[in-house]
Amino acid sequence: MAPVFDYAPAPESRSIVDLAPSYGLFIDGEFTEAAGGKVFKTVSPSSEEVLSEVAEATEEDVDRAVKAARKAFEKWSALPGSERAKYLFRIARIIQERSRELAVLETLDNGKPIKETRDADLPLVAAHFFYYAGWADKLDHAGYGANPRPLGVAGQVIPWNFPLLMLAWKIAPALATGNTVVLKPAETTPLSALFFADICRQAGLPKGVVNIITGDGRTGAALIAHPDVDKVAFTGSTAVGKEIARTVAGTRKKVTLELGGKGANIVFDDAPIDQAVEGIVNGIFFNQGQVCCAGSRLLVQESIHDELLDSLKRRLSTLRLGDPLDKNTDIGAINSAEQLARITALADQGEAEGAERWSPACELPSSGYWFAPTLFTKVTQAHTVARDEIFGPVLSVLTFRTPDEAVAKANNTPYGLSAGIWTEKGSRILAVANKLRAGVIWSNTFNKFDPTSPFGGYKESGFGREGGRHGLEAYLDV
Amino acid sequence: MSDTRLSVFKTYKLYVGGKFPRSESGRVYEVTDAKGKWLANAPLSSRKDARDAVVAARKAFGGWSGATAYNRGQILYRIAEMLEGRRDQYVAEVADAEGLSKSKAGLQVDAAIDRWVWYAGWTDKIAQVVGGGNPVAGPFFNLSSPEPTGVVAVLAPQESSFLGLVSVVAPVIATGNTAVVVASEKSPLPALSLGEVLATSDLPGGVVNVLSGRTAEIAAPLAAHQDVNAIDLAGADEVLAKELEIAAADNLKRVLRPQPVDDWSATPGTDRMTAFLETKTVWHPTGSLGASGSAY
Repeated sequence: MAPVFDYAPAPESRSIVDLAPSYGLFIDGEFTEAAGGKVFKTVSPSSEEVLSEVAEATEEDVDRAVKAARKAFEKWSALPGSERAKYLFRIARIIQERSRELAVLETLDNGKPIKETRDADLPLVAAHFFYYAGWADKLDHAGYGANPRPLGVAGQVIPWNFPLLMLAWKIAPALATGNTVVLKPAETTPLSALFFADICRQAGLPKGVVNIITGDGRTGAALIAHPDVDKVAFTGSTAVGKEIARTVAGTRKKVTLELGGKGANIVFDDAPIDQAVEGIVNGIFFNQGQVCCAGSRLLVQESIHDELLDSLKRRLSTLRLGDPLDKNTDIGAINSAEQLARITALADQGEAEGAERWSPACELPSSGYWFAPTLFTKVTQAHTVARDEIFGPVLSVLTFRTPDEAVAKANNTPYGLSAGIWTEKGSRILAVANKLRAGVIWSNTFNKFDPTSPFGGYKESGFGREGGRHGLEAYLDV
Repeated sequence: MSDTRLSVFKTYKLYVGGKFPRSESGRVYEVTDAKGKWLANAPLSSRKDARDAVVAARKAFGGWSGATAYNRGQILYRIAEMLEGRRDQYVAEVADAEGLSKSKAGLQVDAAIDRWVWYAGWTDKIAQVVGGGNPVAGPFFNLSSPEPTGVVAVLAPQESSFLGLVSVVAPVIATGNTAVVVASEKSPLPALSLGEVLATSDLPGGVVNVLSGRTAEIAAPLAAHQDVNAIDLAGADEVLAKELEIAAADNLKRVLRPQPVDDWSATPGTDRMTAFLETKTVWHPTGSLGASGSAY
């Protein structure tokens, strides 16, 4: 389909972000070098340009950070909730003030489109701090009895798909409830967490309440295994989540895990097709499909399969892939070479196993990590692309005839994070939702997030909830 | 600064519909400090002023109750920010109004600022605390949610001219109601000045309307008004409270009777919010898919 009009470039300026050539670890309110002085580079996935160097924290650094958090815990947890609230409100406000800068930074380091960081990530980050700020002096009303107590030092390890948002999901409830934290951002997206350290400074947050340590999986493992950590919170792959569950076995550490998914997006024959197509596109191509709750399995009622697929393909042909800083870009870069290799391998396997592969005509930039939006049809439940979490812009299309069959197929996965239901019939939405074994069900919408709304999975998608009143429990001794 | 400079007095006016009108009656009354020294002439509001304020509050109700809870929280927090910036003005006014030292008045104002922060945090949480799903014995989705009751007449406490005022106004609007507030009769100036902050905090005009004058004179038409949904009698004495409650029965207003309050600075509970909330319960059939489906 030939475009009627061309888009002029609409690049967001990157001059708003002032990047230092290197960053240390943020421990006890100061930036310091790692013991041993090792560093690693963080690159822009859309260009492979080196953005900065960050310190690689060793076990010794982890210990230093945990000690700082422990030292800060006594005073922080003894502060009246109303005072902790005001610190968090300050942080929320500063995030709002600096949201343009942070959106550009996040797009640079992560590769996702600026329209997502600007319109989704950053507003949600600020809202999350706002929401939990309000809880800090209202814990008596949260349903956990009078004067619920914090746990102590929280060790938090977050992924690269929503770097600052996942930081907010971890730090806001932890601080509101009176814990102190040591947070490790993902190896490929450390920068926004380090900028957050500066926001803590501007907010006047007491030293040691928030500590940010950078590094790879070994740093994260050391943090989680540290004997003086009282609470472990992890968002990432199910494989690592299971390893963490083993590590904390036999300890008193409280754990919450937010892991992988293979969400089913179920479209019934009475669904409004155009609306459903938008939801399907959002479900799997938002953030290049690098979303744990992505709707990566499309379950279509057989009678509308052809009509829906035609619409979907037509819509995919209009998606714009390219420079993430361009305000018209829909699909940005894959976060890393490693992730790109994984997506490529799984898509190739899908083809090898006999599923039918389709992508719109789509020119990929010459440098950086890119993967065209991809559909698989003629997929069965036995296919790898219907079973494994791909964590990329790859949608597997399956069909069903009856609601029962849709539910059985949707639940036929070890995961249980999200699902979507598209139908005009309210009672069918509720009946199907009742039967789905998943923590978040979107009806006639998809990928909606709000700080007031609990998020988390059934089965091997992890346990515990983040967000809402429920999200407090993870950080309280209850 | 020269000693001879003459200061500029402020004309205290009402705050109605986002504007600062004088009383339509053209009347004022003398407001003095604790020692009897003249401070200002405050508008002596009439029944007509009260009715105009109700119209403004009703007009603002749709937009304010329809705003997201998050948005209302942001605005309430903004009020706290604006107050903090004008702290000195309110400390001076409260010190004059209540005969307090600067430091004691400062504590009152600080607590009032923090009170806005407290209720800013409640806007998007009250539904999670007082609402919820109900496990009815049948194939039905059943959800109860709180909703604001509508226009609330608020008689501010007589003694605590600012902290008491904020403590009764903030919970009313946090949940999406709009308010017609009758300021402390003897000490109305801090309340009238609050309008200056509300007007610059993105709070839509008409959400809070402030009247000064004789409490009994203004409260009577409010209590009897058919387009007022509720009344907080905090500032009424025992005799007046009973009279107003009887008048309020005519359209079954929700009535919050005067509560003895020793210390307005104590952390409030949720009572002042729930007093002005309705509970709405929605049923919807869930249909049935039979007993099949994966158990895992």
